[in-house]
Amino acid sequence: MKALLLRDIRLAIRAGGGFGLGLAFFLIVVVLVPFGVGPQSELLSRIAAGTLWIGALLACLLSLDRIFALDWEDGSLDLLATAPLPMEAIAAIKALAHWLTTGLPLVLAAPILAVLLNLPAAGYGPLILSLLLGTPALSMIGTFGAALTVGLKRGGLLLSLLVLPLYVPTLIFGAEAARRGVDGFDTTTPMLMLAGITCGTIALLPFAAAAVLRVNLR
Amino acid sequence: MTLSVQNLSITRGGIRVLEGVSFMLSPGEALVLRGPNGIGKTTLLRTIAGLQPPLEGQVDAAPDTLVYAGHADGLKSTLTVEENLDFWAQIFGQNDIASAIEAFDLNALRSRPAGLLSAGQKRRLGLARLLVTGRPIWVLDEPTVSLDTRAVEMFAQVIRTHLGQGGSALLATHIDLGLEEAKTLDVTPFRASAAQLDEFDEAFL
Amino acid sequence: MASLWEYANPKKFIDTTSRFIPWLFGSALICLVTGLVWGFFFTPDDFRQGSTVKIIYLHVPSALMAINAWLMMLVASLIWIVRRHHVSALAARAAAPVGVVMTLIALATGAIWGQPMWGTWWAWDPRLTSFLILFLFYLGYIALWEAIENDDTAADLTSILCLVGSVFALLSRYAVNFWNQGLHQGASLSLDKEENVHDVFYHPLLICIAGFVLLFIALVFLRTQTEIRARRMRALMARERLTA
Repeated sequence: MKALLLRDIRLAIRAGGGFGLGLAFFLIVVVLVPFGVGPQSELLSRIAAGTLWIGALLACLLSLDRIFALDWEDGSLDLLATAPLPMEAIAAIKALAHWLTTGLPLVLAAPILAVLLNLPAAGYGPLILSLLLGTPALSMIGTFGAALTVGLKRGGLLLSLLVLPLYVPTLIFGAEAARRGVDGFDTTTPMLMLAGITCGTIALLPFAAAAVLRVNLR
Repeated sequence: MTLSVQNLSITRGGIRVLEGVSFMLSPGEALVLRGPNGIGKTTLLRTIAGLQPPLEGQVDAAPDTLVYAGHADGLKSTLTVEENLDFWAQIFGQNDIASAIEAFDLNALRSRPAGLLSAGQKRRLGLARLLVTGRPIWVLDEPTVSLDTRAVEMFAQVIRTHLGQGGSALLATHIDLGLEEAKTLDVTPFRASAAQLDEFDEAFL
Repeated sequence: MASLWEYANPKKFIDTTSRFIPWLFGSALICLVTGLVWGFFFTPDDFRQGSTVKIIYLHVPSALMAINAWLMMLVASLIWIVRRHHVSALAARAAAPVGVVMTLIALATGAIWGQPMWGTWWAWDPRLTSFLILFLFYLGYIALWEAIENDDTAADLTSILCLVGSVFALLSRYAVNFWNQGLHQGASLSLDKEENVHDVFYHPLLICIAGFVLLFIALVFLRTQTEIRARRMRALMARERLTA
């Protein structure tokens, strides 16, 4: 299991692995928002938390189809399926590797980009905490979506269509927690809900993803 | 360590292709599957490897004894030869890759990224993967594709050694490997006789 | 004693439902005409909302059916996963487009009603937002069915998506309530309103709901028959290729 995790991280970091692509996309989205809504710093600071959440979500979405597609193409997935690792573990490890190479860098970059959007000082803590709690769920849900579409030739667009509705609860609670933090309200409830969603998805979705992978490998 | 296949029927794309396939593969034996293209050799091997469920019949082998190698080698082009083998060794809980590298003469290529290998070299690396798994029963689909004659001999030698150590191999191949001890099974007689669909389609007729 | 599962046989399903379909369509038509004519022309205007309230006769039944269609798909998916009855998978597939249309009717009539009442076509009210999210779930489900060539694989994948989607749809419902509880419009849009609604509105509404339920069942039967026939056609063609 460790070997699979290390391999996936190594592949992501090596040339052509797409590491940093998500980060660059996140940066661009955040830069584009002020062009779209205008440069008033007061307006930007109001929408900063939500924009950062949506930017992180989209950046996460961008790299989802790589989770299984590459292993599918070069036959590794077939070989992994006949290896002593259970499919559920493969799905969970893949999600973890995706989070470590995409989600975690996004969380770390968020405070820097928050400066660009004039996020009020009180918002930094809740924003980072909510992203830290929420991005694992995004990776896990995305892994399930990637498993669903792995056999399809043009699965990328379909993957977005399938995954984005599933992202709604995570986004709502995550962005709500960050916004409440900005406004100086209590963030306990949305944070707990967010943590609950993350725990629930990590506990249950590997089984759904594994079932779907087995069907797709037939 | 014996692989036994009994009365196996398989489907491809919703159509029954082979039926009533039965054979035994004991330790030290090699069995070469033959038959024209499209008869269902790949599907048969995938079913035996457990990648798809059989329509009827049974595949019996002790757990964790099979290793499958298909058309694709499962190599990562940005990882070196050594890293690729290391990964598969660890997945199968092994750590010795030196003998595999030796057997397929990959020493000079150890630290070259797999993406820079030629097709034949990639295939050799893909076959070397079998050795690092430590599994006794090899299920191989067209293992000699893109190998030159020297590499084919190398591969035949590896199989001979494997059989000598009590392993066994089930191969689908069109090339004569020069394995005198290998038995041959022509799957053509097992072609599904009546035009039969799988269970899903049959429900609608 | 005939078991319910006998109807999982495609032939038996077609034979049985064919007998019911004309009656279902007929009674749906009678219910809808009665309910809508009664509701539109023979009920008084609401003292607060005027005649706009009458859109309730389309809005509430379609909204109800939008949710019930998804529930039906969930049950059918579960039956497919557990018992692998082919008709069940196809019934789930057949219900999805009907459900989408119901969701769209509910959203459109809601917007038309909302315009005079709240002065806006769209508000991010929890109930409206939930339906929009439900619409997205329907789209994803249908798109997945369409994208996969092998019917068996498609049935497996969509039923798992339906299960996972149901959990997330429910989560979204609560999330949306939490997200925008302050704006909740209360009785003017709520299903609970029926309890407060005066009898003159209530009876035609019930008839309309019955009409929508009957129409839904009839449409799902008809569409499932179509799916079964399309499936049989492909099976026959596959057999022909084999014998050729």
